[in-house]
Amino acid sequence: MDFAAITLWFLLEKLILIAAIIGLSFFVAMYTTLAERKVAGWMQDRMGPNRAGPFGILQPLADGGKLFFKEEIIPVTSNRILFLLGPALAMIVALVTSTVIPWGAPVVTTTGTIALQVTDVDMGILIVFSVVSVGVYGIMIGGWASNNKFSLLAAIRGASQMVSYELPMSLALIAILFMTGSLKMSEIVLYQINHGWNIVYQPLGFLLFFICALAECNRTPFDLPEAENELNFGYHQEYSSMKLGFYLFAEYINMFVSSAVMATLFLGGYDIPFVNEAAWGLSPWVYSLLSFGVLMAKVSFLLFVFIWIRWTIPRFRYDQLMNLGWKKMIPLALFNMLLSAAILLWLKS
Amino acid sequence: MQLTQRSKSVDRSPMTFLESLYLWNIMKGMAITLRHLFKKKATIQYPEEKRPFSPIFRGLHVLNRDAEGRENCTACGLCAVACPAEAITMEAAERLPGEENLYREEKYAAKYEINMLRCIFCGLCEEACPKDAIYLSQTFAPANYGRKGFIYGKNELLIPHPINEREAYLKALGDRTPSARIQNQPNA
Repeated sequence: MDFAAITLWFLLEKLILIAAIIGLSFFVAMYTTLAERKVAGWMQDRMGPNRAGPFGILQPLADGGKLFFKEEIIPVTSNRILFLLGPALAMIVALVTSTVIPWGAPVVTTTGTIALQVTDVDMGILIVFSVVSVGVYGIMIGGWASNNKFSLLAAIRGASQMVSYELPMSLALIAILFMTGSLKMSEIVLYQINHGWNIVYQPLGFLLFFICALAECNRTPFDLPEAENELNFGYHQEYSSMKLGFYLFAEYINMFVSSAVMATLFLGGYDIPFVNEAAWGLSPWVYSLLSFGVLMAKVSFLLFVFIWIRWTIPRFRYDQLMNLGWKKMIPLALFNMLLSAAILLWLKS
Repeated sequence: MQLTQRSKSVDRSPMTFLESLYLWNIMKGMAITLRHLFKKKATIQYPEEKRPFSPIFRGLHVLNRDAEGRENCTACGLCAVACPAEAITMEAAERLPGEENLYREEKYAAKYEINMLRCIFCGLCEEACPKDAIYLSQTFAPANYGRKGFIYGKNELLIPHPINEREAYLKALGDRTPSARIQNQPNA
């Protein structure tokens, strides 16, 4: 990057964007908790929370307020520094992943172009993967520092699960990269706007990626690290008050970001399907806002599927999890990768 | 040994590759949960919305007044005797001159308490009462933070005055006075 191009205006623009995206992440994560409880209720023929405000829309605030006022307990046998580092790391990592996602079409004004993306680095999607793989340290450190055998077991489970499912996830991603020919998130979206959504060409890839995303976010059926029945809530067992809140909240932010990544990689990002919205002649701000809304609609749908799956199926047994990861997902992902490569070569020759 | 015609043998053959991906079964499950998502919920939003009770529901007790607003109860104690849960306590007092507009007869209950935690809402007190003074209404005891709150005295039990507080009286009376119930019986 050319450092001479960094002006005050550029810094201000990025700062505003970062603040907006962090705010958005928190807001969406807050309301995903409510959506989770609502959908859980409806699927179990209940109403879900509806007392705090109309339709329960103040429920997340009440939950957050409750967590803030809870007594904070740090076990004397814990490693204090690492104990504090765990939830902080989980939260930071969850927030950092959203930097490379294009949140909407760039605003093209007469004075210049404002990308609705904090940074559009060349290795875009790899940033997401590398940061997500740091995310496991939040669980590891939290579980280790708690000095509790349940937490430690859960942390080990979490680590091995993440390692196992990152492999098929990256293999599914490679097939996408064959097609788009770029790691840049903005170019992946542009490719899909021009050629159609990736999910059409890579249905198996999307399925594999989605399942791995469930595992990476520690969502049911892969919520082995926090298995209530055998591990007493796992790695955050010793955490209380807002530290616990950080862990739980980071999980929802992870869900949000991974939904956004999936929408960007497979569902055309901010592209409106079946129409050429660029030809409508909308003013740039309206157009960008519209495309942002479309992306959020896709993200909401994916979040709903996350929740839907959670309230449908029970947790896998640990050996089932490992068998599925290593013996089913990786061969399928390899097959998918080789098949896409072969077809692409055949088309090009 | 086959005991019924409905027994099914369990297929214990190893899963095929497609089965071992669990996808088809997961999708079937998701279809079921999706159907439940749109089902009508059985929930009754309690404080705002109340469950309809059957016409013979026996709820909280009401101490009745006559048409002029005088208390019917003469503290004879038959209800307390009839009570199988021993939930009723009372103290009798003699009506003084000038209190004729308050109590119908010469003797009245100065204290009348029902412990709602003991009460089994059987309605035997209502049957035992010769003065039509106590009957079971169609409301039930609301939640309380302490046990003391469930010992209902005359303040809670006595029906509102039929002339001074007409609307509250009619609401508390409902359609379940013993006379109303007799009228509702098909063979009466």
